Amino acid sequence: MVDVAATSAPQAWLRARSRLLSQLPAAIALLPAAAAVVFVYIGALAWTVRLSFSSSKMLPVFDFVGLNQYQRLFGTERFVVSTWHILVFGILYIAGSLIIGFLLAVFIDQRVRLEGVFRTIFLYPYAMSFIVTGLVWQWFLNPELGLQKTVRDLGFPSFSFDWIVDQDKVVFTLVIAAIWQSAGLVMAILLAGLRGVDAELWKATRIDAIPTWRVYVSIILPILTPMLATVSILLAVAVAKLYDLVVAMTKGGPGLSSEVPAKFIMDNFFERSNVGLGAAAATILLISVASILAPWIYAEHIRPQRVRK
Amino acid sequence: MSAVAVPQGPRPRSLSIGRLSVYGFLIVVALCFLVPLWVMIATSFKTMDEIRLGHVLAWPASFTIEPWLKAWSSACTGLACDGVKIGFWNSVRILIPSVIASIAIGSLTGYAMTFYRVRGARTLFVILLLGAFIPYQVFLYPLVRMFSSIGLYDSLTGIVVVHVVFGLPLMTLLFRNYYGALPIELFNAARVDGAGFLAILRHVILPMSSPILIVATILQVTGIWNDFILGLTFAGRSNRPMTVLLNNIVNSTQGEAAYNVDMAATIITALVPLAVYFFSGRWFVRGIAAGAVKG
Amino acid sequence: MSAVSVRDVGVRIGAVSIFENFSLEIKEGEFVVLLGPSGCGKSTLLNAIAGLLDVAEGQIWIGGKNVTWAEPRDRGVGMVFQSYSLYPRMSVEENLSFGLRIAKTPKAEIAARVAKAARMLQLEPLLRRKPAELSGGQRQRVAIGRALVRNCPVFLFDEPLSNLDAQLRNELRVEIKKLHQELGNTMIYVTHDQVEALTLADRIAVMKGGVVQQYASPYDIHRHPANLFVAGFIGSPAMNMIEGSLVPNGPGWRLDHAGGSIDMSRYAFAAPPAGGPAIVGVRPENIAIGVAPAERSGAQGRVTIVEPMGGETILWTSFAGKPMTIRVDGESPVRLGDEISFHFDVARASAFDAQTGRRL
Repeated sequence: MVDVAATSAPQAWLRARSRLLSQLPAAIALLPAAAAVVFVYIGALAWTVRLSFSSSKMLPVFDFVGLNQYQRLFGTERFVVSTWHILVFGILYIAGSLIIGFLLAVFIDQRVRLEGVFRTIFLYPYAMSFIVTGLVWQWFLNPELGLQKTVRDLGFPSFSFDWIVDQDKVVFTLVIAAIWQSAGLVMAILLAGLRGVDAELWKATRIDAIPTWRVYVSIILPILTPMLATVSILLAVAVAKLYDLVVAMTKGGPGLSSEVPAKFIMDNFFERSNVGLGAAAATILLISVASILAPWIYAEHIRPQRVRK
Repeated sequence: MSAVAVPQGPRPRSLSIGRLSVYGFLIVVALCFLVPLWVMIATSFKTMDEIRLGHVLAWPASFTIEPWLKAWSSACTGLACDGVKIGFWNSVRILIPSVIASIAIGSLTGYAMTFYRVRGARTLFVILLLGAFIPYQVFLYPLVRMFSSIGLYDSLTGIVVVHVVFGLPLMTLLFRNYYGALPIELFNAARVDGAGFLAILRHVILPMSSPILIVATILQVTGIWNDFILGLTFAGRSNRPMTVLLNNIVNSTQGEAAYNVDMAATIITALVPLAVYFFSGRWFVRGIAAGAVKG
Repeated sequence: MSAVSVRDVGVRIGAVSIFENFSLEIKEGEFVVLLGPSGCGKSTLLNAIAGLLDVAEGQIWIGGKNVTWAEPRDRGVGMVFQSYSLYPRMSVEENLSFGLRIAKTPKAEIAARVAKAARMLQLEPLLRRKPAELSGGQRQRVAIGRALVRNCPVFLFDEPLSNLDAQLRNELRVEIKKLHQELGNTMIYVTHDQVEALTLADRIAVMKGGVVQQYASPYDIHRHPANLFVAGFIGSPAMNMIEGSLVPNGPGWRLDHAGGSIDMSRYAFAAPPAGGPAIVGVRPENIAIGVAPAERSGAQGRVTIVEPMGGETILWTSFAGKPMTIRVDGESPVRLGDEISFHFDVARASAFDAQTGRRL
């Protein structure tokens, strides 16, 4: 017994050492990623959360004022309306992008001629910056010189489309511009899904005499569900990140009528010297994103693994 | 003649209502999608006098390239009147090192995570992935503080580092998925032959990586060129990228806006990603399918 | 009233012609197998019969009606595919009933038909399951059930067993045969597997390059192959081919080959031969070991390979300078390296014209 222990201990040590040596280059290669995770994805995130419990104004201070900043946050009209705007925007934008993207994918899937041309047209806005999108739509929707004026000159003097300067409707113009940019993305992803459907499945539906629209609704749509869920998550994350488009298109106006949380955070951090308040808003944003992601991660990654076991 | 044709050969084809409505729908939507591009181009070639008439959809009657020249070299942001050209070159200076560095580090990370079992690598990967979903706003302020304390704030190096850090999740995911699909026997064979970490990467893995390198380049070039918030926050006055400059030109105008110049500047800014898009064709679609995480 | 008739059909996919002037008659209640290597056009033909593919020329008749222009649903065909093609998010029961529900069949009728199909295919315990929770064999049974509930006079099978492992393939093959005996409807079955073809078919159409090489009963296909292709395609191990030249021999003929000659007087020629280059094919199972009796052709050889297959053993030796396989009983005492004598009966061989490949 003693002998065995005596010989096996150095052997184990040697094995561990050679294993370590063979993994060493890989470990070194992972250092940049590790640094990014430690300093940014964990460090900066924790720092922001910490600041949300402090009274920091222009510079960060590390006192502890409990939930004061959060209390203040939910008493701040700018933040409350921002939250409301982002909810309205989010629902309309996600629903609109999914519906238009799905329809485009289905229609393109009908073996149309010039398929490549159509796809290129529907997807090109996605290649551009939100800043470009915002500026174009800001100009196009300009009530004095843009679309409204043109339609009026065409002989519809009572035509009115001044949403971009209308406090109650400006959010809808953001929705339009954002759908214009993202519908092609949804189309491209769903089209890939449609093309992945087994050709024999389509043959089976023809033998069974199922009408085409019914095939899409009852058979294809359920097949695409996981894909739709993933796309919805992508769009939802884009909603939480919504900043550039607003800055370029409406600057949050008129008044506060198109303010959004991401912009509220940026303004408080870098312009209004309200670091504590900005950090609290950022933390709320983080919690919202996490609560959107959690069920999806569970459904897509954790549950399937359990089922497999 | 009342004889009905005996069914024989192919079914007689007719352009059905269904078929027509498919094309009708696609064409109408396509036109709607093209309108903003059309407006942008048309406006950029009009004179201000013509723009004041308000025919936003009309092709320019008196065609002029004056707005383009102005947009490039003399449009004003506040007091400085240098056009978007400075921004253009700033963006190029940011773009090149950021794309190279982020792809290099991303592929290295993906390679190490796929073929080696370093303890903690999996945790690292999961955190990176989650990080891709979190809005930048959550990290930005502390990052600014960190960068100013080590002198990276307001510098080209600073903005490049930021792009690499925030590009890392997508790049790692891309390369890890790609390498994960390669046959592991390739790696094992090279290892049995005695090749080390870098030798395997250089002689076995990289030569097989061209498709994913193209996809990664497309994603990073468009992504970094289109970035606004990181450039705004980290690049500082002297390195402001084109998107930031463009927004300043358009949205900080005093008095009547020069819409033709604005639109010309906007097109110039969109030109690089649009060119990448049109020339890369299916690669772009492959990219968004692979990296749909970007959001 | 459910005979299937393919008349002078041409099918093109793009600019490529798959077949021209193709005709095939299938009797009511017959089980016909379309057999051939991949790319021979057998699946294309099946799709054309189902109406999933337009024909460029000719007509297709099912049950006495010209259905050339009819939609698949109006042709009275049920079809089973290689990849099962079940509707993935629906339960077995919903899969079986979906087509009937769309067709607004009365509920009671649907229930009765589903119950009957489920009973015939032993699907009763699986009705609530989703396709993902079924084995390959179970999935294919559901797919067959989906064709069954439609009460179609004609069943089309497109390589239904190719995705299954050997064991399940055998089980399901027997079930399909039973199904045909019970239902008695017309079945057209596409496969590249000769065992399936030989066991299932009333008649086999062996196809190659869009042309039917032979259309006959499994016995005839095996015993009297119409040409060299059919002879080589059917049978495992493949038929032994002896190349030589037919020369007159008294009142009859003999085949002169590299190692001697074979007396062909006991062979029943289809027509009086003209002589010249010919090939005589002998199946491994028709070769016996031992000294040749008077009327048989015999030879000696050394055993170079022994392949035991359980119940039987394949021996490799050589004849006329070419390898020759002999199928013997598994208990055979022959060992590797043994010198053996073997012989065969020319009456059970097949002779072919070496130029045209046609049976003589």
